[in-house]
Amino acid sequence: MAFTNEQLERYSRHIILKEVGAKGQKKLSQAKVLIIGAGGLGAPAALYLAAAGVGTIGIVDADEVDLSNLQRQVIHATADIGKPKVQSAKETMEAINPDITVNTYHTFVTSENVMDLIKDYDFILDGTDNFPAKFLINDACVMAKKPFSHAGIIRFKGQLMTYVPGQGPCYRCVFKNPPPKDAVPTCRQAGVIGAMGGVIGSLQAMEAVKYIVGAGDLLTGYLLTFDALKMEWHKVKLPPDTSKCAVCGNHPTITELIDYEQIECTEH
Amino acid sequence: MRLTVAGKTKDYEDGITVAKLIELENVETPEYVTVTVNDEFVESGDFGNTVLKDGDTVEFLYFMGGGSIAQHTDRN
Repeated sequence: MAFTNEQLERYSRHIILKEVGAKGQKKLSQAKVLIIGAGGLGAPAALYLAAAGVGTIGIVDADEVDLSNLQRQVIHATADIGKPKVQSAKETMEAINPDITVNTYHTFVTSENVMDLIKDYDFILDGTDNFPAKFLINDACVMAKKPFSHAGIIRFKGQLMTYVPGQGPCYRCVFKNPPPKDAVPTCRQAGVIGAMGGVIGSLQAMEAVKYIVGAGDLLTGYLLTFDALKMEWHKVKLPPDTSKCAVCGNHPTITELIDYEQIECTEH
Repeated sequence: MRLTVAGKTKDYEDGITVAKLIELENVETPEYVTVTVNDEFVESGDFGNTVLKDGDTVEFLYFMGGGSIAQHTDRN
């Protein structure tokens, strides 16, 4: 597939990069990325992946756009209130870039559907707000051997890490099990600064793009944290030994997906 | 003794444990923090008996949610 003149112009700032080039841009156009959660993290990630020309973008979310979302979920507008977030996100992405295909999944992720959702995608972005979903996505990606980006945001802080099968620890290596309900602060209780989704969600898009074009080093084996009040980044090296992990270790004890009974940060 | 805690090098009293350091550093939700010492995990049950030594590097890793709901279990 050759690029049209319009595409060459649209992607010119990518194509001129030696790490991307026409070859990398072609890989982007053939890539499939799934974004789980069209919220604070998923919104900016979706915008950048659409703009970057990622050929197929899937977006999963069961919610409708709410007024309280608009402080940070920049893919949705005031006129979208009440609309399914996946629909609103699709319309914005297609308006930015008509080259791409957007698949919408107006559903929650569960142990029943997650394997089907991720199976056709090359890279997964976890933009969910709750720990049951984060563990479910981790376990499913480990089992299906899919690379994914984990991220979390709260107050003025954010974190992210990247999992690539066979290249370092998974989310469960670090965090073992979800905390009990209400044991750790949630966005709804504690708040989150809107631009934090932009900072961390954009980095998730960055990791997806780097993975697809094969540029540089990914955040595998590290947890990157950001404190906006102190304006400090900290890249924490994670223990490289994954052999004892309950899901990605040598003798996994978790071999089936788990629906943990908990929900965090309801945005209604 | 000198420890590097969350990327910052500071002096601490000799022979403190991970549990004591968690207290000194006012770690939020200490029951749910993941701790590494010199790039190895310390089990939460061992915080009280893991004695730190000069030059150790300690990291605290916190649960962070955020983003949007994409999973439904007990919500009405």
